[in-house]
Order: sequence, then structure tokens, then C-alpha cells
Amino acid sequence: MWMTLWNNRIQVAAVILFAVGFVTLLLHRNLIKKVIGLNIMDTAAYLFLTSIGYIENRLSPIIQEGDTALETYVNPLPAGLVLTGIVVSVSVTAVMLALTIRIYRRYHTLNLDDIYRYVHDEMEGEQ
Amino acid sequence: MNYIEIALLALIIICGIATCVTRNLMVSMIIFMIYSVFMSVSWAILRAPDLAITEAAVGAGISSILMFITLKRVHSLRDEDRSREAEDEEI
Amino acid sequence: MKKFKEWLRDWDEGTFDFTIDTAAAGNEESTVSESFEKTALTDLENREFRLFSRAFPITAVILASVMIVFLLSAVMRLPAFGSPHTPPAESVTIQRYIENGLSETGAINIVAGVILDYRAFDTLGESHVLFAAAAAVFILMASARRRPESPRDQAILRDDPILRNTTKVLVPIILLFGLYVIFNGHLGPGGGFSGGSIIGGGLIMYEMSYGPTRLQRVLNLKTYKITVLVSLLFYSIAKCYSFFCGANSLHTIFGPGTPGRIFSAGLILPLNMVVGIVVSCTLYGFYALFMREQI
Repeated sequence: MWMTLWNNRIQVAAVILFAVGFVTLLLHRNLIKKVIGLNIMDTAAYLFLTSIGYIENRLSPIIQEGDTALETYVNPLPAGLVLTGIVVSVSVTAVMLALTIRIYRRYHTLNLDDIYRYVHDEMEGEQ
Repeated sequence: MNYIEIALLALIIICGIATCVTRNLMVSMIIFMIYSVFMSVSWAILRAPDLAITEAAVGAGISSILMFITLKRVHSLRDEDRSREAEDEEI
Repeated sequence: MKKFKEWLRDWDEGTFDFTIDTAAAGNEESTVSESFEKTALTDLENREFRLFSRAFPITAVILASVMIVFLLSAVMRLPAFGSPHTPPAESVTIQRYIENGLSETGAINIVAGVILDYRAFDTLGESHVLFAAAAAVFILMASARRRPESPRDQAILRDDPILRNTTKVLVPIILLFGLYVIFNGHLGPGGGFSGGSIIGGGLIMYEMSYGPTRLQRVLNLKTYKITVLVSLLFYSIAKCYSFFCGANSLHTIFGPGTPGRIFSAGLILPLNMVVGIVVSCTLYGFYALFMREQI
């Protein structure tokens, strides 16, 4: 059992990182910490996806002098997917941080429990 | 070769846990920056050089800069609050 | 175990995670402005909240460990890391991409060929994701009034010889390297996204050290809108024919050309440039909007 885990150690690391990001997301009430947690989960998923595409002692998918045999190159598809993914996670981070600033400007706190309480009071106030 | 890999994975996991545990926001952002530099090295090891360049420029660069600016803006808003509260007490 | 108990006690009193951490020791609660006085919690709510805030971290950690166990049992069933006999490694698509990727798209960097020729529609969506994110941040952050740079910022910016001299040396190199990465997107590693983010980083560094006024001559709101829209339009027009009639690598007037030369891989080079422009403008826009709520 341990041998297979040791062989797939990069995927095991990706799983552990995903759990660390998940715990960071859950445990901290500070909004910026949650953004960092989500970023860690993102990169963990990309690490897992890229490690699936990796093939032992093969080159990265850049054709060398017309040698287009399948056996010389790594799987190019995960690299393409993760490239798009990295840029998407930057965009998501930017929007989340913009929201954080706006929330702080209105509620003057980043603590999620206080924010819920303020929102709760506001809704009661409106009824 | 796989010593580097093992050391890298250990460092990545340590940085991940460190961002979760540290209390100070600034410190956890800096550790996140280090984390994404190590991640871009691991892309390079996993034979994906495109990702290494992108992750280095984007993960360590842009998203960390945005987080620092968010913290700066939050601090300046908080200082404005504090100065306004100080004035209220004087009145 | 003691550390965990102490950590839990801190968490319980709410001092573990306060909003803004200044000195680690003197951690004070967040400043509450007058209009949002915390309402006095009823006794029941207080007990409920205390119970919840004690039970929450424990359940979160248990949930995460259960997730780890499941995921690790899945990882155990995965084929060995890096073995060539896995289904994805022998699939027909990979054969198609690698074997006649060069002849069909002309791109030596297969990943660039995959992104900008076989899956160009996906990258079109990707650029629109960036555009939507820039629009969202613009809506959230942009404010009409010119946000006066606080005197402290100006002081930092103006007489900081270290930042200015490094910028004087580094920014041209960064921009040049970004352009190189974009132009050689189909020849070596890199491409629109990586080159664009490098150029975006270079622009941010320039604005950090020399202030926005100089860059405003080149990259103000008007030029920002025009460049991003024109590049997205160009991307859609250049590929719309092959999107609609399903021919993913239709040789338009730009044939695949002789591999290895810069102007070779058909439409991949212009598309790389366009994506690079969108990415660099968007990332610079994020910084400008966050920093001074105006592009």
C-alpha cells in the first residue's frame, strides 16, 4: 500500500494541499485568509492534473527537429488546461479581493461572523 | 533527481500549512508568494515549462500584489476610522 | 497536544483570528464604526454561538481528514506516476496532437498549437473570462472622483532612488522578455498568457515607481477600452469561420509556413499577440483599479 503511495507522491502531495486549502477556507473567519485558502486549493488541483499528464523520462511537448514520435513527448493536454486554469484563478482572486474591499468599506470588518450579524440586523431593520 | 522533487514537495506542503497557521495577514501573504514560486518550480520539473512561466509571473506576481494592495487599502480605511473616532472623542 | 489545546482556547475566545493583525500581542478587536454597533446578543444566541464556534473547527478538521482518506484511497487506485501505459497517455487524441500537430498547425510548441488552434474556442472563452473579471472589478472599484494620492504615497514614490533606478534598469528588460515570450509562443515555451502576465507585471512595476501620470499618456481608460475590445474582436473574427464550420485547423491565408521561423504557425502568432494584449491590459487594469480606483 505504501509503495503505491510513495510512487504517486506528487498526487498525494496534491491531495494534502487540497485539504490544507480546504481547512484554511473553513477555519478562518477573515475574508483574505479565505481567498488564500481558495488559491491553494486551485493550485493543488492543477498540480494533480499536471502530474497525471507526466510520463517518465520524456521531453516537454516541444517538437525536436521533426521527431514527432509519440514516445518522446509528455502528454500536452493537461498543460493546456492548467494554463487556462491559472489565469482564471487570478481573475477570480481579483474579483474576490475587490469584493473584500467593498465589504470592508461598508461594514468596517473582515470578520465573517460580524458581517453576517450586520447583514442580519439590516434585514431585520428593513422589515 | 528525485531528491529535489521530494524536497520541493515537502517545502510546498510546509508553505501551505504555514499560510493556514500564521495569524498575521502580511506574513501569510508572503508565505503564499513563496508557495507559488515553489509551485512554479514544480511545474518546470513536471515537464510543463509554459505553466512554470505563467505561474511564476501570475501566482507569485499579480495575485500577491493584489493581496498586498487589498491589505493596504483595508489598513488605510481602518486608519481613517480610527482618526474619525479619535475626533469624535475630542468633540 | 498542548499546542492544539492552546490554539483551540485562543480560537474559542475569538482572539485567534481577528480581522487585521498588527502587533501579534496587542491584538485588538476590529474597530466598529458608530452606525454598526453590535446588537447585544440574546443569552440563547450567545450560548448557541459559543457552541458553534467551539464545534466548528473540530468538525472542519474532521471533514478535511475524511476527505483526505477518500482522496488518498482514490490515489492508491491511480496508475503509477509517470507510467506510459495509462489510458490518457495512449489515447487517440494525444497521438493526433503530437504526431501531426506540427504539420497541421505549424506550431513547434504543441501546447500552443493545442491552445490556439485545436482548442481556439476554449481560449476565446478564456479571454472573455478575463474581460468579464476586468469589468467586474471595474464596476466594484471604479469611482468617478480622482482619488487623491495620500501624501504618504507620494512621498514614498517620489524620492525612492532604489525603486526608480531598478525600474529604470529592469522594466525595459521585463517588457522585452514579455514580448519575446509572446512572439516565440509557438516556437518554445510561453505564449499569450505567460508573455501577457510578464508585460502586465512590468507595467505595474513601472507605475509603482514613476506614478500613474506618465503611463496615463499611453494607457488611459480610452486606449484601454479600445485595445481590449479590438483584440477580442480580432480574435473572434480571425477564428469565427473555423468555429462555425467546425474545421479546426483550416489553412487560411496564413498557411502553417515553414516550422521554426517566427512568422510560421498560421494564425497562432497573431492570436498569441492578441491574447497577450488582453492579459497584460487586464492585469494592469486590476492593479490600477485596486490602487487608485481608476484606470
